[in-house]
Amino acid sequence: MVLEIKNLHKSFGDNHVLNGFNMQLYQGENLVIMGKSGSGKSVMIKCLVGLMEVDKGTITVMDNDITKLDQKSLDILRADIGFLFQGSALYDSMTVRENLEFPLRRHKRKFKNHNNTEELVIEALKNVGLEHTIDLMPAELSGGMKRRVALARTLILQPKIILYDEPTSGLDPITAKEIIILMQDIQKTYGTSSLIITHDVDCARVISDRMILLIDGVDYAKGTFKELSTANDPKIKAFFKQ
Amino acid sequence: MSGFNTSRAKLNAFLIEIGELSYFATRFFKEAFKRPFEFKEFLYQCYNIGNRSLLLVGVTGFIIGLVLTLQTRPTLMDFGAVSWMPSMVGISIVREIGPIITALVCAGKISSGIGAELGSMRVTEQIDAMEVSGTNPFKYLVVTRVLAVTFMLPLLVIFGDAIALFGSFLVENVKGNVSFTLYFNQVFNALEFGDIIPATIKSFFFGLAIGLVGCFKGYFSTKGTAGVGKAANSAVVFTSLLLFIIDFIAVFVTDIFYDL
Repeated sequence: MVLEIKNLHKSFGDNHVLNGFNMQLYQGENLVIMGKSGSGKSVMIKCLVGLMEVDKGTITVMDNDITKLDQKSLDILRADIGFLFQGSALYDSMTVRENLEFPLRRHKRKFKNHNNTEELVIEALKNVGLEHTIDLMPAELSGGMKRRVALARTLILQPKIILYDEPTSGLDPITAKEIIILMQDIQKTYGTSSLIITHDVDCARVISDRMILLIDGVDYAKGTFKELSTANDPKIKAFFKQ
Repeated sequence: MSGFNTSRAKLNAFLIEIGELSYFATRFFKEAFKRPFEFKEFLYQCYNIGNRSLLLVGVTGFIIGLVLTLQTRPTLMDFGAVSWMPSMVGISIVREIGPIITALVCAGKISSGIGAELGSMRVTEQIDAMEVSGTNPFKYLVVTRVLAVTFMLPLLVIFGDAIALFGSFLVENVKGNVSFTLYFNQVFNALEFGDIIPATIKSFFFGLAIGLVGCFKGYFSTKGTAGVGKAANSAVVFTSLLLFIIDFIAVFVTDIFYDL
């Protein structure tokens, strides 16, 4: 097991978003977490990397309880966790090259055998088929290209776990499919464990090894896509009718 | 009663904001002295902030110098004191008009720019992405910008003062046939350290206020693109108010030390 969440609670004032959420992610698997918009999926994934403080519960990432780590240890651990943001989150003021070089500046120790960061940048861009965009600004890229560059930036630190926050949202069906294929290729090539947050049923069907439905702030149902999509529970059924 | 409640809620919100700004400033001073130092980014911001404001500060200073001299000249002529023009203009520009006008111009340009830039980075999750990559975004974005404005503003004030005095000289040269050497000789004879040092010190504080408020408003921007606009706008309003408060305190303190 590379990641485990136990009894996670998170509230914003009177709004109880997570009410005792549990999950485990195993080595090399693609785990999809589905939930309706506003169900707390993004809050959960941000708690996972320490972007939000949890109210209660434990989050164990590769044997480290991140709720108890100091900032320095958390930053070191973050090198092993890639995060693909919903809106790509590329740095507007930097070129594609600078965007990819940026994460390397804090994790030089991990790449001490590489004298040239240029090689790492080009390799990461080749993985997503965009090496020709190296000197472009993010504003010059399409939505799909931005998502691919963001994926390359995530890959450059060679993470063991990749967290995807709505990887196909805002993309047309063809580009969304390309991104899903890319995610599968990355998983095969690098053997990473992936946690995919989505409300896209098609994406979940194609990529998931296992799924968790996040309803009312808890892990309401767990199983494979087939198991959940044929369940009789009305709450689960309603979900797959979307 | 509802009017009273609204006023009380607004006062509460204002005081909470002052508290949060104080906490933000404290965090800035703590982070500024901690390793690693983002020196390259600091230099880039110095160049960016200084260079981008140079033309605006220069044009504003030049016009202020021209207008001040043109408007004061007739009054001084009435009193037969037109020969005091360089001294009067020199002292008023170096002590007060130069620093406050430059700071207000920079509040409009730099503080709103920083507010909008960091605000858009916040709402598009770029700041979160920076944090996830192991970089401290507060250090990389806030500390570098605040330090850059703090160090650049005194230089911009000196530049603005010089251009304003040059503008004033042009009027004196055309209207009173005063030579460059005579004009600036009189200006520098009138100026004392007691005029220059307090003005330079308060310019540092002006810069600190511009940087801190701009970063504070942008860094905690919320509610999408509307929030970015609000951050930029409130950064200018809040900074301008703060500049006058700092100016008042600076003049008060200077009065004690230099016995104006």
